[in-house]
Amino acid sequence: MSAAEVPTVIELSPEDVRREQLERTEVRPAGQKADVLLKVSGLSTHFFTPDGVIQAVDDVSFELGYGETLGLVGESGCGKSVTALSIARLVPDPPGQIVAGEIVFDGIDVLKLSQEDVRKLRGSEIGFIFQDPLTSLNPTLTIGYQIGEAIREHMGLSQKAARERVVDLLSKVGIPRAADRLNDYPFQFSGGMRQRVMIAIALSCDPKLILADEPTTALDVTIQAQILELIAKLADEFHTAVLMITHDLGIAAGMCDRVNVMYAGRIVETATIDELFDDPRMPYAWGLLDSLPRIDDVKGERLRTIEGLPPLLIKPPDACRFHPRCIYEREICREDEPELTRRGSDSHYARCWATEPDGWIP
Amino acid sequence: MTATAERPPEAHVTDPRNIVEVDDLKVHFPIRSGIFKSVQGSVKAVDGVTFDVRRGEILGLVGESGCGKSTIGRAMIRLREPTGGHVYFDGTDLGGLGNEALRKMRRRMQIIFQDPYGSLDPRMTVGSIVSEPLDTHGLAKGQAKRDRVAELLALVGLDPNYVQRYPHEFSGGQRQRIGVARALAVEPEFIVCDEPISALDVSIQAQVLNLLGDLRKRLGLTYLFVAHDLSVVKHISDRVAVMYLGKIVEIGPPDQLYSVPGHPYTRALLSAVPVPDPTAERKRKRVILKGDVPSPVNPPSGCRFHTRCWLYERLGQPENCRTDDPELTVLEGEHRAACHYSAEAQKTDVGVAHIDDRPVRHGTPDAALAYLAAEKVEDPAAIDATDSARLEAPIVVEAGIDEEDPRTETPTA
Repeated sequence: MSAAEVPTVIELSPEDVRREQLERTEVRPAGQKADVLLKVSGLSTHFFTPDGVIQAVDDVSFELGYGETLGLVGESGCGKSVTALSIARLVPDPPGQIVAGEIVFDGIDVLKLSQEDVRKLRGSEIGFIFQDPLTSLNPTLTIGYQIGEAIREHMGLSQKAARERVVDLLSKVGIPRAADRLNDYPFQFSGGMRQRVMIAIALSCDPKLILADEPTTALDVTIQAQILELIAKLADEFHTAVLMITHDLGIAAGMCDRVNVMYAGRIVETATIDELFDDPRMPYAWGLLDSLPRIDDVKGERLRTIEGLPPLLIKPPDACRFHPRCIYEREICREDEPELTRRGSDSHYARCWATEPDGWIP
Repeated sequence: MTATAERPPEAHVTDPRNIVEVDDLKVHFPIRSGIFKSVQGSVKAVDGVTFDVRRGEILGLVGESGCGKSTIGRAMIRLREPTGGHVYFDGTDLGGLGNEALRKMRRRMQIIFQDPYGSLDPRMTVGSIVSEPLDTHGLAKGQAKRDRVAELLALVGLDPNYVQRYPHEFSGGQRQRIGVARALAVEPEFIVCDEPISALDVSIQAQVLNLLGDLRKRLGLTYLFVAHDLSVVKHISDRVAVMYLGKIVEIGPPDQLYSVPGHPYTRALLSAVPVPDPTAERKRKRVILKGDVPSPVNPPSGCRFHTRCWLYERLGQPENCRTDDPELTVLEGEHRAACHYSAEAQKTDVGVAHIDDRPVRHGTPDAALAYLAAEKVEDPAAIDATDSARLEAPIVVEAGIDEEDPRTETPTA
């Protein structure tokens, strides 16, 4: 509670505070202009367990522009959440460790920041929305306190100004009678309302990036629609980039500008949303699209499935990681891993021998 | 159907085409508080529901969490005692059965649970999990029992040699198969599938969904398929019932219910379902329902949906929505909805604008299908055929769909 009780008197606009913070973090290489907000290159995050090294994320590279919504799609265990955690340097260590790669956020090399600076970055520049709003809120603190925490911490607003901002945020995320609910505790809110509170916390310091990790998986479909609409609206209003992590291709289709499909720790396809859905270039993506029951489907057609299970990520072979489940595999798939190479347009890349220009399914 | 609700139970005439008839079923959970635990009210989880399940059909039951769909499923096989109303299974009122008669009856109805992690006893081997119902009903002993277990495992696509393994050695999809094998052990006629695929990953969901479809065809089963996912329910069901706050608000064949829904709630639900197709997503006319589902302790007066209804607002808040609870009325054929203004609802394209009649599914491209057909003669149809051939011949070790994967401790990243 001490943070709440110490009145901060310096009245600075959020922009001033941010500029000051960036100046203090002297890691931005001089003269580097940030065209892309986030550039992840060659990121590998491994977990060192008694059973062996789990290569949860392996050589992942992508870029995210200002205000863009990028999807990270895949099944459980494919490394999508670990990618997000790595960006915010939140990988539990031990056992997890970022073993290679570079993450440049708004011109700042995140992996070189000190713990203290990375904490500042997380609070003020990167917001989070997690899957489970019940466990990610502290049950013993009021909603008002939890939303205000980052504001007091990172924006240096006065008690009164901070409170006003909290009320403003709460009403922006659609909580009725916001001012009356500041002293309520999380248990007094429903699942959808809690997720709104999480969004308010994520937005509290006008972040440039929101990492949304399965933000609606725990919610009912109508509440999911409310939350997705809200995220899209606010991201647009605040010009915030969103990294949308989801297993639901439908959500990706409705929310994202571009999508990365992940499988077994790797990005296997990256494309604009239309390219991915109109002309996917990777058998795993085909399988995903084929195996989904769709609301606009004709009834009774048997779904095509992807047989088998994703591989274990301890010592994955130097081969296409999807080949044991792939019905198009050939010898080369078992011997050598394909690179992520260009397909058709500058925005479309896939990792597959079969759909390479000289492959057997061009 | 609504007429039967008023008749005294003795006079209830069941239709032999129906395997289960549910008549004005109510399940209320008392809320107790204070030192004497006096009843302070009740959660009206299921509040007067009448419908029937035909032999051999799959009836989908959809709704949001807390709408009472799982409670109905459980009450239908009397895992929950109803507060009111009747459930007739093959003409017999389940409520009137004594313990022994009920146990005998349970052989004919089984349930598959949502959570493949919580619904299997971690200290029992797969063999004993699957054979337990055989013991309970005294159906097989010794070698006959072992053969039957092997046959059941093969039937659900698991390696019969897995009998000595424990649930933790299996993945979610495989565990769900174990749950299915256990349900099938007593050769039931009717199975309540309570969110059987919700806890599974996308690619595994399709495997289990296909398995349930195959088993239904092969064994002539009837399912009540409880789920929250409207796409899944549409895919598998012959008829669909939509629930809201303890009541069925709409019921009918999927082609009608999904193209001309007569209840504004159904339309709101449909408008909220994400479609894996960016073009369709752009056409979506989304109804954002305000707020949360009201408490089932004090459901709103009149139509329970009126507090969140977009049509009620659009029609200028008509009074009968607040005062009269609408009954399910026939719209066309078997399609019924409980709304005073279903005709108005059907005039709009709200909720269905993005649902195309002829969707283009861009999954596997033609070139790839051609490749499969030419190079490997393993086109999808052929794969399906081998699949069912495996199912026909039970004790083939090759059976498993995700077999060869004892290394199931998939790391959670």
